Amino acid sequence: MSVKKTEFKRMIRRYFKIPTNVLGTLLLIIFIIIAILAPVICPPKAGADPFKIPIATWSAAPVAPTADHPFGIIGGRDIFYGVIWGTRSAFKIGLVVSLISALIGVVVGSISSYFGGWVDEIMMRITDIFMSIPFLVAAMIMTTILGKGLDKVMVALIIFGWMRVARLIRGNILQAKSEQYVLAAKALGIPDWKIIVKHILPNTIFPVLVQVSMRIGSLVITAAALSFLGVGAEPGYADWGTILSYSRNWMTELDKSWFAILYPGTAMVLFVLAWNLVGDGLRDTFDPKMK
Amino acid sequence: MTAYIIRRLLILPIILIGITLIIFSMIWMLGPDRLLASYIKSPEALKTPDAKERLIAKYGLDQPTVVQYFKWLGNILQGDFGYSNIAKKPVQEAIAERIPYTLELAMWAIIPVIVGGVWLGVLSGTHHNQPLDHGIRIFSLIGWSMPDFVFGLLILLLFYTILGWFPPGYLSYESEAVLRSGEWHRYTNMATIDSILNGNFKIFIDAFRHLIGPILTIAYLWWAYVLRITRSSMLEVLKKDYIRTARAKGLSEKVVINKHARKNALIPVVTVAGGMLVSLLAGVVIVESVFNRPGLGRFTAQAATQLDYFSILGSALVFSVILVLVNLIVDISYAFIDPRIRLS
Repeated sequence: MSVKKTEFKRMIRRYFKIPTNVLGTLLLIIFIIIAILAPVICPPKAGADPFKIPIATWSAAPVAPTADHPFGIIGGRDIFYGVIWGTRSAFKIGLVVSLISALIGVVVGSISSYFGGWVDEIMMRITDIFMSIPFLVAAMIMTTILGKGLDKVMVALIIFGWMRVARLIRGNILQAKSEQYVLAAKALGIPDWKIIVKHILPNTIFPVLVQVSMRIGSLVITAAALSFLGVGAEPGYADWGTILSYSRNWMTELDKSWFAILYPGTAMVLFVLAWNLVGDGLRDTFDPKMK
Repeated sequence: MTAYIIRRLLILPIILIGITLIIFSMIWMLGPDRLLASYIKSPEALKTPDAKERLIAKYGLDQPTVVQYFKWLGNILQGDFGYSNIAKKPVQEAIAERIPYTLELAMWAIIPVIVGGVWLGVLSGTHHNQPLDHGIRIFSLIGWSMPDFVFGLLILLLFYTILGWFPPGYLSYESEAVLRSGEWHRYTNMATIDSILNGNFKIFIDAFRHLIGPILTIAYLWWAYVLRITRSSMLEVLKKDYIRTARAKGLSEKVVINKHARKNALIPVVTVAGGMLVSLLAGVVIVESVFNRPGLGRFTAQAATQLDYFSILGSALVFSVILVLVNLIVDISYAFIDPRIRLS
């Protein structure tokens, strides 16, 4: 155990030696604090759904930032409130979608490589087919069919988001099958499924976690893109893409609604940057092979 | 080699059938009531009391799923994708009309993406860990984390609203009038190419002005990617023995980089270029929507927001088939380029 611990410590130290990793981690911590403190920074009205941005004015026209509304108002909604609570939406989308789709991927990949032969062939072809529909287009149609709402967006992203992990896990298990510790376990008469769950999966979990953290940024972008196009979250939902979508009504006068692009846009770029940096750093630290 | 191609070609129909199955199950998930809306061209059709049931029966929406699937597949194979309520014409015609706009954008965008990305990557690689390298990396990190619609909006804000240089849309009203006049010959339906063939340079300038915004957006986001690959491959190549030999021969650094290093560093870039073209085609959904370009991407997005199901599914089918075919061509051509794939 102590050997493992020092090894882990060494990895942590190596991770924090690289400035971009430190920057990414710091940004992420700031976002986590904002998400936790959202009810303190922008207290929602009692009894109201905190994810519904309260209506500040009944006019749809953009209102430039003031002391009361530091990021301005668009579509009658306070942008500051939306950006703060949108942090929670972003975490929810990123974490839920990437973790659940990774879990599906692990199951599919394990079954495929465990049974091999025809089962493997069929499951991998199904994976290919799911990969043949462009992700954004597939997610867009699925959301249209399921209806409006952030939860529907998440379901759509999960349905078309498990394939990469499935392939990764399958490849890793096939490779591990011929390794000494697996052969040893086999020789001891341990059943195959137990070998996969107890020995192989724990050894392949790091690449999956790296994959998960690297996908969070792009998932948040895709979900926001759906909201921006008008098929994602309901209007007025505290979500960065939704606020940005209001700008579509002011295309010819973007100079009057610049704050509705700049603030949620910056929040999004920093959030995605944070995850990209952390994901990249984790990959280089824990899995130099994948570089 | 032959075995590899044959295997890929044998799988192709399975993948295509699989795609139709997924797309059909999406249609099926809609249920007869919602689907019916796609068949009705005017609200009058629903006036009589039993109209709904009658129409559901008429269009076979109450038949078993399998029967419905084969009927739908038969229609698709005959080129009948259904009727588009937003374009007010058959879906296949609406899609065919819009493809040239999308192709034109992808074609013009891929040039700066590759040239600029490779140039920056080589620059970054040859100035490893110098201020220039750090600057380029920060530039690419931001591009890598930038959502395409946010950057598109910023480009519009700067170059259209504030400076008034590059408007959104496709052509100015004056140019569109020229296009509708009898003297204009439509060769490819891509304004930049047709204008050259028609010898009308003014239209070319106008069409290109409308293309700059989308091209800049696509280019910036993809530079990040091309640059990263070129940079790391350049760093790898510069460590090779043949580079040391070239330097030992007394060749100037310029010749070493341009003649010996860059060529070899480009191999991984060529490998990703095909996949990039595919992602670029799918990415036009957003870019075209932001810049109001009337291509297949914006059509798909519009169909989705206005719940025009046949148009969405038709576009999805076209996008997927393009993706599968391009991937196939790319994979087979690698097998020709790289003997390691050919042999395994």
